[in-house]
Amino acid sequence: MAVELDVFVGNTTIMDEEVYKLWLDGYTVNDAVKVRMEGGVMEECEASADVLLSDTMDQYRTFQMCERLLHSPAKLANQLLFQITPHRQAVLIERYYAFDDAFVREVLGKKLSKGTKKDLDDISAKTSVTLKSCRRQFDNFKRVFKVVEELKGPLVENIRQHFLLSDKLGRDYAAIVFFANNRFETGKRKLQYLTFQDFAFCAGQLINNWTVGAVDHMVEDMDVDLDKEFLQELKELKILITDKDLLDQHKSLVCTALRGKTKAFNEMEANFKNLSRGLVNIAAKLTNTKDVRDFFIDLVEKFIEPCRSDRWTAADMRLYLTHYTNSAHILDTFKHQVVWDRYMGVIKSCIFKMYHD
Amino acid sequence: MPGKLKAKIVAGRHLPVMDRASDLTDAFVEVKFGNTTFKTDVFPKSLNPQWNSEWFKFEVDDEDLQDEPLQVTVLDHDTYSANDAIGKVYIDIDPLLCTEAASVISGWFPIYDTIHGIRGEINVLVKVELFNDLNRFRQSSCGVKFFCTTSIPRCYRAAMVHGFVEELVVNEDPEYQWIDRIRTPRASNEARQRLISLMSGELQRKIGLKVLEMGGNAVVGYLQCFDLEGESGLVVRAIGTACTLDKLSSGSAPNTNTHTHPNTAPASNACNSPSKDGKEPVFGEDLLSSSGPPTPFRALPTSSSSPPPPFSPSKPCSRQSSSSDTDLSLTPKTEVSQSVRRRPGIFLCPSSPALSTCTLPLPGSGSVSCVKGSVLTATTPPPLSTIRSDSALLEKNLSFSEDLLLAAPGMGSGGSVGKEAGPLKTLLRQQTQTALEQREFPFFTLTSFPPGFLVHVGGVVSARSVKLLDRIHNPDEPETRDAWWEEIRQEIKSHAKALGCHAVVGYSESTSICEEVCILSASGTASILNPRFMREGCLDIGIADHRFEEPSPPSCGFCHIPYDELNMPFPAQLTYCYHCRRQKVPDVLFTTIDLPSEASVTGKGCLIQARLCRLKKKAQGEVNATAISNMLPFMEYELHTQLMNKLKLRSMNALFGLHIQISVGENMLLGLASATGVYLTALPAPGGIQIAGKTPGDLSNDHISTIQKRINDTIAKNKELYQINPPELNEELVGSPIPEPRHRSRLFRSHSESSDEVSELDLSHGKKDAFVLEIDDTDAVEDIHSLLIDAPPPSGFYSCNTEVMPGINTWTSGVQMFTSVRVFRLSNANLTNQGLNKIFTDLCENLLKSFYFKLRSMIPCCLCHLNFTVAVPEDELIQVAVTAVAMTFDKDQTQEKPAEKPITKGSGDTEEQLQFSMELCADSSLANSQPPSKISGVPESSNISSRAASVDYGSFADRCSTWLELLRLKAHTIRRGSVKTISSLERSSPLPDGRSRSLRSTRSFGGTSVTVVKMTPLSFLPGTRIIKYLGIINMFFIRETTSLREEGGVSGFLHSFIAEVFAMVRAHVAALGGNAVVSYSMKECVFMENPNKNQAQCLINVSGDAVICVRESDPEATPSMTNSAQSCSSETDTAT
Repeated sequence: MAVELDVFVGNTTIMDEEVYKLWLDGYTVNDAVKVRMEGGVMEECEASADVLLSDTMDQYRTFQMCERLLHSPAKLANQLLFQITPHRQAVLIERYYAFDDAFVREVLGKKLSKGTKKDLDDISAKTSVTLKSCRRQFDNFKRVFKVVEELKGPLVENIRQHFLLSDKLGRDYAAIVFFANNRFETGKRKLQYLTFQDFAFCAGQLINNWTVGAVDHMVEDMDVDLDKEFLQELKELKILITDKDLLDQHKSLVCTALRGKTKAFNEMEANFKNLSRGLVNIAAKLTNTKDVRDFFIDLVEKFIEPCRSDRWTAADMRLYLTHYTNSAHILDTFKHQVVWDRYMGVIKSCIFKMYHD
Repeated sequence: MPGKLKAKIVAGRHLPVMDRASDLTDAFVEVKFGNTTFKTDVFPKSLNPQWNSEWFKFEVDDEDLQDEPLQVTVLDHDTYSANDAIGKVYIDIDPLLCTEAASVISGWFPIYDTIHGIRGEINVLVKVELFNDLNRFRQSSCGVKFFCTTSIPRCYRAAMVHGFVEELVVNEDPEYQWIDRIRTPRASNEARQRLISLMSGELQRKIGLKVLEMGGNAVVGYLQCFDLEGESGLVVRAIGTACTLDKLSSGSAPNTNTHTHPNTAPASNACNSPSKDGKEPVFGEDLLSSSGPPTPFRALPTSSSSPPPPFSPSKPCSRQSSSSDTDLSLTPKTEVSQSVRRRPGIFLCPSSPALSTCTLPLPGSGSVSCVKGSVLTATTPPPLSTIRSDSALLEKNLSFSEDLLLAAPGMGSGGSVGKEAGPLKTLLRQQTQTALEQREFPFFTLTSFPPGFLVHVGGVVSARSVKLLDRIHNPDEPETRDAWWEEIRQEIKSHAKALGCHAVVGYSESTSICEEVCILSASGTASILNPRFMREGCLDIGIADHRFEEPSPPSCGFCHIPYDELNMPFPAQLTYCYHCRRQKVPDVLFTTIDLPSEASVTGKGCLIQARLCRLKKKAQGEVNATAISNMLPFMEYELHTQLMNKLKLRSMNALFGLHIQISVGENMLLGLASATGVYLTALPAPGGIQIAGKTPGDLSNDHISTIQKRINDTIAKNKELYQINPPELNEELVGSPIPEPRHRSRLFRSHSESSDEVSELDLSHGKKDAFVLEIDDTDAVEDIHSLLIDAPPPSGFYSCNTEVMPGINTWTSGVQMFTSVRVFRLSNANLTNQGLNKIFTDLCENLLKSFYFKLRSMIPCCLCHLNFTVAVPEDELIQVAVTAVAMTFDKDQTQEKPAEKPITKGSGDTEEQLQFSMELCADSSLANSQPPSKISGVPESSNISSRAASVDYGSFADRCSTWLELLRLKAHTIRRGSVKTISSLERSSPLPDGRSRSLRSTRSFGGTSVTVVKMTPLSFLPGTRIIKYLGIINMFFIRETTSLREEGGVSGFLHSFIAEVFAMVRAHVAALGGNAVVSYSMKECVFMENPNKNQAQCLINVSGDAVICVRESDPEATPSMTNSAQSCSSETDTAT
């Protein structure tokens, strides 16, 4: 004896946000029922386990039927099959495209390919995000990537328009797309302490300042690829470290400004040349794709780690970088002020964001 | 012959990929009407083609316009092979044939394929130019309006109610034709869909013709059903109530509004304002106009003294419940079975002792003969009367027991009448009688009426008949089926007569088919109608909007017995009405209608269900039919017993909306009775239920007393739950003529004999009636347990199967209509009846629990119009389908009654010139509300009394008139305003109407082009008012799959199919310019599966009325439909 068929269809599609979450998180129906029972819904309405099971199955079915529409969210608004209020539609989409930081951290900067998809079970085991949920998130990344890859116009806007996402989520996806496209290395052990939000912030900085789109607004891939010309120009900055006079002059300017303002002054003075070399070298190498990938690891190795071992505080860092950047303007023989600002503006904010434990 | 149909194919979107190579589609469209087909160009390589075709014009007969749907087929062009069909849209153009309904159909329709479901959408524009045909012999009936709503549609008034119309058409089922073996499932499904669409068009046209013949212009309460008889064919049949409807106030919305919703803000304001004019224009007009046409019904018996028809062969006595309950009590059992088998029949035992006892104690009661309500009393086991089980071979036996019956009826009433009203009355009565007789079937499919329309309600009458199907040989002559229904209707009619009633309201018909056996059922509520309404046609919904009115003074007239108490058709206990103390009422009343607006109710109501399963041996042909007909009476009896017990357990005394369904399967019969129980203030308080052992030694007293205690506790709990705390009346003080010394009621389980003991036993405690449950075997214990199983809804929830919950008036705008289907597989082959009952009961209870759980976010809310349909699709399967609507209400105010109900009273009661006022006041609601001191029968008195009721009549009318003026004024301005808007719109958009409309809608939704369409099985949407009816929606879909597992199994398959059906209904409504469907129902849901072959098929038939409604608070009801529709939908949008 068993219920063989059991459906409930409302004229306005009924969706329980809690169940939606469980579904998105990849719980099986039975697990979801357990979670709900523990959550105490049953007392709320004198329901029994059967009722809960039936409800959960219905909801899961509804979500599965909606999933196709969620893949192109614009369709959700003008499809006729489900009558869903606009507010509810927005919630559905936003939640569907939401992701776990732990998961995204694992795939950030990786190629969104079949190969990576095969590794999802490892990632699932490592992050304790269910495989099902990993797949959904991965497919979301890939879908967004594919759609915006060939579009003109600003990346964040494109994502928001095509997927009807909130501004915040749109930016996050832009970061993911940007990282995947440039294949930034984020997985190394030294980078483990960085969160997705750190990277997303950096990505935002890079997109806004270093891409083609930062200068020209109607180019294909404008926000996804770094501005090649700019990268070439960065080579000119090398003079800051190759010209000994310039280097010394720069150092003395910075030290004069910093003296007495920080406890770490001695370390700063001692390390100035090293640090400066590090930053300028990073800039000079960015024409190589390989070195672009290592951008973040280089920042950490060449700059953040030395500072951290000298126990600079965040305020020290701020102070130092500000003066380091500004002092270059006073150098008479240094002609590349514009490139220097475009470079250091991003580096400064990235390092500020990344300088934590 | 005249009519030009024009169609334009605008665009498509979300088309499926038909060419895997390019991931695109080369789509074109075929538009077909009748035998003419047009094609659009191929729009290559696009999933969102823009055809923007020319206007395709079809010049056709209006007969065809009514019968045929416009058929739009979307195909994928293929150069080398046959074009692939993507899907189809059938567009019923009937709404365009009626001037008052929609003028254009325009919108996105889902492209539907019977194998793949919805595959994209297509934007179509359809218009009709109709030239009027005044040929008397025409076959078409364009312009007759159809409504599924079972009350007078809001924004109309009934100038006249003509009465019952019915029609049926038959055909061979394409699924069973030889060609089906060689064609694809798709072709076969499409043939079937198309045929049914044609047949319902034809049916509607024929009914329309009948309506025109009767002089009407509309059909209300239109109920269309399909009988899939398998091999023997396909029957489409429909019944309805023909009316002449007038659009209120010539269509000006505000006016309508005031009529329909007297308690809306503007209305009430207006009413408060003082005024000078004595005349209340609108109503006056109504009177005049309405009195014009002669009505067939004219001579209806005036309420009070209408005697049971003199000759009434009353066989049936279905007291309450429908069906067949015959009065077994007096007759020995054996007789019953015999008679059932032989002749379906009815056993009426007029001379039973029970009857006489009842009547004896009531002196003087005779005067009131007319009054009576219904029925069912508990005293004796319910009669099993109505089942008519002649299987095909049995001859009809309408005539059967006349002699027996004759003894009973008739005379008593005559006597009493004479006493009261004298010769004049008698004369009138006779006239009425004749008029009634002229009418073949004085049936009404309506379930709710304006106040005062129903004079008395006699009780439920029902009839069932078991038939053997054989092939329909000549589709053009559906006489067999006609004859079958004719028989049943005759029987219903005679049942009603037996109850002293001349009409049947809340009438419906249904069938259940299994293989070649078919059970035909019909049921309704016997009643006496107010002749005034029939004659003058004042079924004015405006005056009558019940639902929101406070029943003050609550009237009790409809409860009073219509039959003669000396000659009751079945044993019942009569008391004087607890409200007016002047007329007799039964102790329990069962009806199939909605609770009349004017009824006064104590506490809240609740859903009451009786469920029953009976095993049956598998058999063939006649043997099978006979076996089934033998079982029916017992099932009805048992269902009735359950209902009665559950009613008592909830401390209620009346059932409304009673619907009993009996479904037949190969090896079992299922019975499900649903109704809404209420405590009618006018009826006596139900006694408790007392448990008794059959013999003292049987069961330990402890056991009995435990059960007794549980029952008493439950009753107490229920009283609290449903807030039933009737005022304790001291009967002597009130001076009631007499409540009889002591009632005893005794409920017998069907197994227990000993009906004759009734009179001797006095088990009642105190003055209250007691219901005695005998425990004579373990079955009985089980039954009592199952009685107690029904869990009350969780707090915050109420449920009912009527339109609205008695006792709740403060609906807020939250509405959620839903359909739920469950199929249960019985795996255990050796089930007993008890076991089955338990399973079936649990199934229904669990369904309800699921609803409560799913809808918990709407609390406080009420599930209204819970409509359960049961079926036995296969051997071991039980299918239950439910459609209902959950509506939120404002908890704080549930106790309060709505503040004002301006007009109801004045217009309804006083304004009319009542020719029959004398008779009326004798028993009608008017008189009842008066203190007993009024003398009925004197015309003046009636006037006076009603005036008294409305305090200051003159000033009241004044107020109304100003207020009406005000509204007219407003309507005027609005109309002008809207003209302006429309023209500006036209100017600004070069697009045709429909186009511009859809554009506008897009705008109003901020990017969403989908109109929100609300659906409800009720005739209204809370918080809104209907400003226009756009036509009937009647759609039939088949869906089939050969990849059941891939589609998510049976549940996944059906889930998406139901969602698709909703989507298609909404799309059609939106295309008509509407934003809601009222009176929605799912008539048919036939589901078949073959999991081994990975296949399933489902047929669904839905219907409803497409409407435009606007928020009630909207002061500016723009006549410009589209605008208001849009604004409304955007509002509702947020509300949902």
